[in-house]
Amino acid sequence: MMPGLAYRRALERRRRSLQLRVVATTLVVSAGVVAVVGLLVASQVRDSILTAKVDDSLRVAGEALNSFDTALSKSSPHPEPLVLSSTIRTALQAAADKSGSRNPVALTGKGATVVARSVDKSLSPSNVDDNPKLADAVSSKAPVRAWQYVRIALANGKTESGLVVVQSAAVPTLASATSSGEYRLYVFFPLNAQAKVLTLVQRTLLLGGIGLILLFGGIAWLVTRQIVQPVRHTARIAEMLAAGRLQERLAIRGTDELAKLGLSFNKMADSLQRQIRELEDLSRVQRRFVSDVSHELRTPLTTVRMAADVLHAARGDFPPAVSRSAELLQHELDRFEALLVDLLEISRHDARAAVLEAESVDVCDLVRSVVDLSRSHSDRTECPLMLDLPAGQVYAEVDARRVQRIIRNLINNALEHGERQPVRVTAAASEDAVAITVRDVGVGLRPGEATLVFNRFWRADAARARSSGGTGLGLAIALEDARLHGGWLQAWGESGVGANFRLTLPRRAGEPLHSSPLPLEPEDVPVAEPDDATPNATSHQPERPPLLPVTVRGIGQPRKVDPTTPSPEALRG
Amino acid sequence: MLGIVLRGEGFEPFFVEDGDKAMAVFRECKPDLVLLDIMLPGTDGIEVCRQIRAESGVPIVMLTARADTLDVVVGLESGADDYVMKPFKSKELVARVRARLRRKDDSAPELLTIGEVTIDVAGHTISRDGEMLALTPLEFDLLVALARKPARVFTREMLLEQVWGYRHAADTRLVNVHVQRLRAKVERDPEKPQVVVTVRGVGYKAGPP
Repeated sequence: MMPGLAYRRALERRRRSLQLRVVATTLVVSAGVVAVVGLLVASQVRDSILTAKVDDSLRVAGEALNSFDTALSKSSPHPEPLVLSSTIRTALQAAADKSGSRNPVALTGKGATVVARSVDKSLSPSNVDDNPKLADAVSSKAPVRAWQYVRIALANGKTESGLVVVQSAAVPTLASATSSGEYRLYVFFPLNAQAKVLTLVQRTLLLGGIGLILLFGGIAWLVTRQIVQPVRHTARIAEMLAAGRLQERLAIRGTDELAKLGLSFNKMADSLQRQIRELEDLSRVQRRFVSDVSHELRTPLTTVRMAADVLHAARGDFPPAVSRSAELLQHELDRFEALLVDLLEISRHDARAAVLEAESVDVCDLVRSVVDLSRSHSDRTECPLMLDLPAGQVYAEVDARRVQRIIRNLINNALEHGERQPVRVTAAASEDAVAITVRDVGVGLRPGEATLVFNRFWRADAARARSSGGTGLGLAIALEDARLHGGWLQAWGESGVGANFRLTLPRRAGEPLHSSPLPLEPEDVPVAEPDDATPNATSHQPERPPLLPVTVRGIGQPRKVDPTTPSPEALRG
Repeated sequence: MLGIVLRGEGFEPFFVEDGDKAMAVFRECKPDLVLLDIMLPGTDGIEVCRQIRAESGVPIVMLTARADTLDVVVGLESGADDYVMKPFKSKELVARVRARLRRKDDSAPELLTIGEVTIDVAGHTISRDGEMLALTPLEFDLLVALARKPARVFTREMLLEQVWGYRHAADTRLVNVHVQRLRAKVERDPEKPQVVVTVRGVGYKAGPP
């Protein structure tokens, strides 16, 4: 049978609370003990009361028989029936007088007229003789004395418990008879007085037992409370600590074991707080350092920048070597500045100082503006930019500046590795998400690189990366920006086939993403024969893309690239 | 280096190395424009900015290394008209300086009103109930830009382009801070603006005449 809901809830509470469990156990055990002891005591009391009553009843019955005999002995040995009847009645009366008014007396004679006298007509020896033990005694020829418990029916229809004593009585036979008749004298003893006493004793025992059980339960509750209360308090403080309120401590009273526990707990909290503070300070110092360095570099860089501007403007008047140097200086300064800007941005993300300024904007419009600004870069790398946007407007609550930066970084990266092949920018929207993919058919990614591309300063090929103008932070910043939106930024790539970067953002800020309107693996990828290569895509979402055939050939270097690509001389210089 | 660049563009720069001496030099040479580095020895740039603004409406352009901190907002609130972020290209700096120095060639006398405020464009004065209000040239330009097209709502980007002369999207905090400063001067109750009205989610417009 299934336990009821309330029962299950009670079980659950019992399981959770030590105090409740201890009290419940105490109640059950003490109830058992009290019940056993109570039953024992009750039966002892009952036995002793009844034994006394039986003894007393036998004595009274004996006396009644004596009175009966005495009364009969006065009559003639063989009287006339009428006389006999009268004599027996008289003797019975004498026996009844002896036994007391409360104890009815009856007489039966075997095969003879039953002469009975009873205070209650319903009280008959016939229903007493059914008892085998008594029946033996009744049918026996020898003089007997037997007793048993009976229910005595009262005139008012009720019954009460009673005791009957049966004795054989010698009655003179009628003059016509040859032998004396077999007669039995019944004396009934009501037991209601004893029953009252027993009831009283049982009720007292019951009440006393219940009181004891409750007392034990109460004691258990009080005792466990003393233990459980500090434990609960400790648990509460521990939860506060876990929630980051490191200054919380236990209040300690006394010097008992619980106080020791509290002391150790507080010591642990102190040490935790100290270590966390140290770590926090350390990381704050480090972040500040990155930020300060980036800022402090700016003032001298400004001067260098202006000097370079002057030189650059006047380079026509210089000899060719000096003029070329001025140009290189200008190019590298651009890269230096871009690196500083990216460093600052990533340090802002690390310090969690980046704030999402989400407002409802048309994502298609954003994509279009970024693509338009990337046209010159596209011309320079000879990768045509193609745009595939849904009709109409797609509004989403995003930080326009950050989304533009993500798309710009993805496009720059694609253009740099596009190998003069078209780069396609696609956008699509669903009910609750908007996705933008940037697909190139350039060098692609080797297996495993799809995760690495988002690492800071990661280089697929160190030699080549130095020649490209990127800071090495573009995709890392893009990933941070996507995370800030609660979105996904994922990469897919295959050597020689190209790469696809997908940005998925929730349309309403703060809502969780479940799926993306665009596939991460482009549909136009030719399906080669499957081999055991791992799917070359990554994400920080649980979803895994379908298994991809990956041919391990060629080299992929997705890099974030700045529009300013220095010439190879930069390396030699 | 800054001197070389500015002289090359035909300006005549004076340099003060110490924030404490800034006011003395300022009063002495009466510049057309002040370029102010926030990080100065002695009195810091913010304080100098406040002191200059207290006695003059001369255009002030701040030079700052940190665009993301409160420095910029505090600088703008203490009276700077514009800021340039380090490291800057000399062309960019010169463009910003020229934009601040540019005089509107308003030949025709023009009289505009928004709310209780009357603007005399040619006379470069502004009054409310006959009482003259002192505005900096930038605040004046901002108000005139709004007043000339009273029916139109200006986005922050449009104002940046018209009043500050930015061609690309720039920091919209510039607009917010200067609208606050302008309101503090021309509104009777800046909490309930009547002259420069905010259009939620879009930008600003002139109040009804």
